[in-house]
Amino acid sequence: MGQEFVQLSLTPMLIGILAAVACALPGNFLLLRRQALIGDAISHVVLPGIVVAFLFTGTVSAWPMMIGASLAAIFAVVLIEAIKRVGRVDAGAAMGVVFTAMFADGVLLLELSDTSSVHLDVEHALYGNLESLIWLAADGWGSLADWTALSEMPPQVGRLALVLALVSGFLFAFWKELTISTFDEGFALSLGIRARLIGFLLVVTTAVAAVAAFDAVGSIIVIAMFICPPASARLMTNGLGHQVAWSTLFAGASAILGYVLAGYAPLWLGAENSVSAAGMIATVSGFILGFACVLGPKRKRIGAAREV
Amino acid sequence: MKNVVRNRFEIVSEAGQLTRGEPDTSKALAIEGLTVAYGEKAAVFSLDADFAAGRMSAIVGPNGAGKSTLLKAALAIVPALSGTVRFFGLSIDQARGRVAYVPQRASVDWDFPARVVDVVMMGLYRTLGWFRFAGANERSRAMTCLQRVGMEDFAERQIGQLSGGQQQRVFLARALAQDADLYLLDEPLAGVDAATERTVMEVLKGLKSEGRAVVCVHHDLATVPAYFDDVLLINVRRIAAGPVGVVFTEANLQKAYGGRLAGTVAAPLPVGGH
Amino acid sequence: MENFLSALFLQSGYNSALVAIGAALLGIAAGGAGTFIFLRKRALVSDAAAHATLPGICLAFMTMVALGGDGRSLAGLMAGSAISAAAALVLVDWIVRETRLPEDAAIGAVLSVFFGFGIVLMTVVQNMTAGRQAGLESFLLGSTAGMLFNEAVTIAIAGAAAGAVLFLLYRPMTLVAFDPEFAATTGIPVRATDLATMGLVLVVTVIGLKVVGLVLIVAMLIIPAVAARFWTERVDRVVLIASLMGGVSGYLGAALSAAHPQVPTGAVIVLVAFSLFVVSLLLAPARGVVASVFRHLRFQRRVHLRQGLLALARDEPIFDRLTLKVLRGEGYIRGDGVATLQGRATEANALRDEARWEVAREMHLEGSLSGRFDGLNAIEDVFTPDEIRELDRQLGGRIAVVS
Repeated sequence: MGQEFVQLSLTPMLIGILAAVACALPGNFLLLRRQALIGDAISHVVLPGIVVAFLFTGTVSAWPMMIGASLAAIFAVVLIEAIKRVGRVDAGAAMGVVFTAMFADGVLLLELSDTSSVHLDVEHALYGNLESLIWLAADGWGSLADWTALSEMPPQVGRLALVLALVSGFLFAFWKELTISTFDEGFALSLGIRARLIGFLLVVTTAVAAVAAFDAVGSIIVIAMFICPPASARLMTNGLGHQVAWSTLFAGASAILGYVLAGYAPLWLGAENSVSAAGMIATVSGFILGFACVLGPKRKRIGAAREV
Repeated sequence: MKNVVRNRFEIVSEAGQLTRGEPDTSKALAIEGLTVAYGEKAAVFSLDADFAAGRMSAIVGPNGAGKSTLLKAALAIVPALSGTVRFFGLSIDQARGRVAYVPQRASVDWDFPARVVDVVMMGLYRTLGWFRFAGANERSRAMTCLQRVGMEDFAERQIGQLSGGQQQRVFLARALAQDADLYLLDEPLAGVDAATERTVMEVLKGLKSEGRAVVCVHHDLATVPAYFDDVLLINVRRIAAGPVGVVFTEANLQKAYGGRLAGTVAAPLPVGGH
Repeated sequence: MENFLSALFLQSGYNSALVAIGAALLGIAAGGAGTFIFLRKRALVSDAAAHATLPGICLAFMTMVALGGDGRSLAGLMAGSAISAAAALVLVDWIVRETRLPEDAAIGAVLSVFFGFGIVLMTVVQNMTAGRQAGLESFLLGSTAGMLFNEAVTIAIAGAAAGAVLFLLYRPMTLVAFDPEFAATTGIPVRATDLATMGLVLVVTVIGLKVVGLVLIVAMLIIPAVAARFWTERVDRVVLIASLMGGVSGYLGAALSAAHPQVPTGAVIVLVAFSLFVVSLLLAPARGVVASVFRHLRFQRRVHLRQGLLALARDEPIFDRLTLKVLRGEGYIRGDGVATLQGRATEANALRDEARWEVAREMHLEGSLSGRFDGLNAIEDVFTPDEIRELDRQLGGRIAVVS
């Protein structure tokens, strides 16, 4: 577990953990607000976002792509809301219309644009390439204190750490408002809480987390991180604070186990190459959810559900 | 469509400030010309109503008559097409700290991960600032409110495990925590057991005796004379309003409910006086 | 343009014609099937089913190769995809029934986990056939280039089967989509019908994999249905219009793609469908935006006119700008706010009508809640002259209405 680990496994694992937790945190509230699928919608629209950014800037560097993806996510959310209100369409259908059309748009732009100079790979955008985010400049655990080596670390680590801090900050700052407006929106409004603004900010936070994470694990897998760890946590406890803590634990565990299994399990089974780490992380989070569904202490419904 | 349109009693000065001729601070809640429409159907049409402090007022009317909508529009939870609403002479944004709202129980998902005491502490939201979380001080205040409604033993219980009556008491405790001057309750006695009904009415009467204003959308005509001082009869429009003894007559009820009256009340009502 | 027209008339070559017809059939089936899940407010279940096909495709491939076959037989892959998608739907149902998780969470969880597992299997396949194009990635976005005849036939048969099911079960599915409780009382097995609907969606999804890919088949199931909804309030018409829009999108999209080979078929088909959606959203007379805004403005005008006239009649001052504007526009007041002769006459009428409406509302209490008696319609439009005379007679017994 020495130099090779730090060079090849440390950063992918770290990135995986940071991405998973950054998504799981807002996912807790999305789950309680019946907005779990907004993660699905956002994940699909990052593709047109990065394609447009690429067309504008001509490069595949990170910041333009992240900005493009964020703008696409916000555009999608606004459009979905508009269609819901103006067209009197239910949330799921509105999301379905917008994100599929935007995704098709992204595919079209991608194929039509001249990508001969740079390779923009749709499959990569869909499921990422976590295994490639290695830290060759390191030569052991000591490199963590070595500034030169640290500057050669994959930038996703710093980026995701920042996003995680932002997401945590948002949740901390608006914990009361989020809780009250999720539980009882009418009451929240009567207290003067800007419930709709809070809801919008939650979705923006979700978009930021999705965009940052998709770079590492691709867009589709991000949905798993938004939903599975919080859903598993929901089945473990009746307290909101505990639920958030459990979801963090499950997210981290999915990332670590998923990465390890993807890298080493094929070798243990006699095969030569590893399998997709992102896919395995999603699969592991699914298994955790499965166990929670069958064994979770608070898995059964108790109260009457809200009448739509 | 979004903003409440000020109507005839407002005088708009050049600076765009809204000033009233004489703001009437004696009325806890004053509504004028309120119209709320969903699509092209008016849920509330051109409604005028006053509610005074130190009185228990009921809002009654048939289903679909716009009673809940009236409360929500007054609180600016839903947008109004026209009309003015004043709380103690102030606008809703200025008066929020003095108004407590208890919505219908059915509007909430009771499977939410919260304990009884957590819900009551939500009522203390306005007393906490940024980055302040509810602490021991808030907890003890919440417990006091729970004691007033007889639910202190349930403080740690999960809200989904409560019966309808218990849930209603928790909602009431939350409102008490707000320490407001005006309490707006939407069907607080619907679907609750007799003990809860007694407790709720005791608490509300206590608020009234403290000089606060209590306004309830009430579902049960038979108990209006016993519980309330004033009543507003509405059916999209205002049918009649005033002291129960004067206004709660068979004629007015006929106007509001029509042929459905027979099914709603068991015994003939006293005409005038109670 | 020439290319497009010849593609439109199936003159662009064998493959293009095949794809165009196949896409049209797919569009019709998807539009129809999608309407039912949309009306039941379960549109995104199709997203779960579509993404869940991936592990099935890979497993089918691996099985066929293990049994000595080529692995790329479309029928085999479709069978595999159907099995895993069906398993996903069963799982969603189980999660909703057995745990406290809401349906959207169940859908999202199943969708992403199955897809994630599918990606894992896909990398296994890629490692297996290193050097050989397994081509399973083509199911992500569809690939109609080089479609084989027997593949087209498979699609056509499956499409026809879907169409047949749709035709046979049309009535029960429509009734359940419109009002499941009522349908249950008429003896229709609601649960079985729902299962049949999901089965239909499954078949359409599986067929669509080849043409538009799994990500975009969801678009074909949802977009035409939502677009059709703007045109009518009747369920049977929504199904018809959705099927029509789906078919048109498929056909036009395929033709466009044939005319410009670098354009991916699936994406174009979806974007044609989306254009139809935008047109419907804006311009449909029944529920479109333009029509709604127009109706709302008209309604607002009527409300303010009414309140204005009544205020005039009762000699109350009016400060609301819109009310004043409306009254001036109708010629009922002068610039300084004083009523004109015409205004005086109309306000008296308004007051009289208001009294009549009050009597009418007492006499016809059921009607008063229908919203037509709120005084915003002309009383002559709602009651006959005889009925109005009766109202006046009732009024005569009361205090005269004069301000």
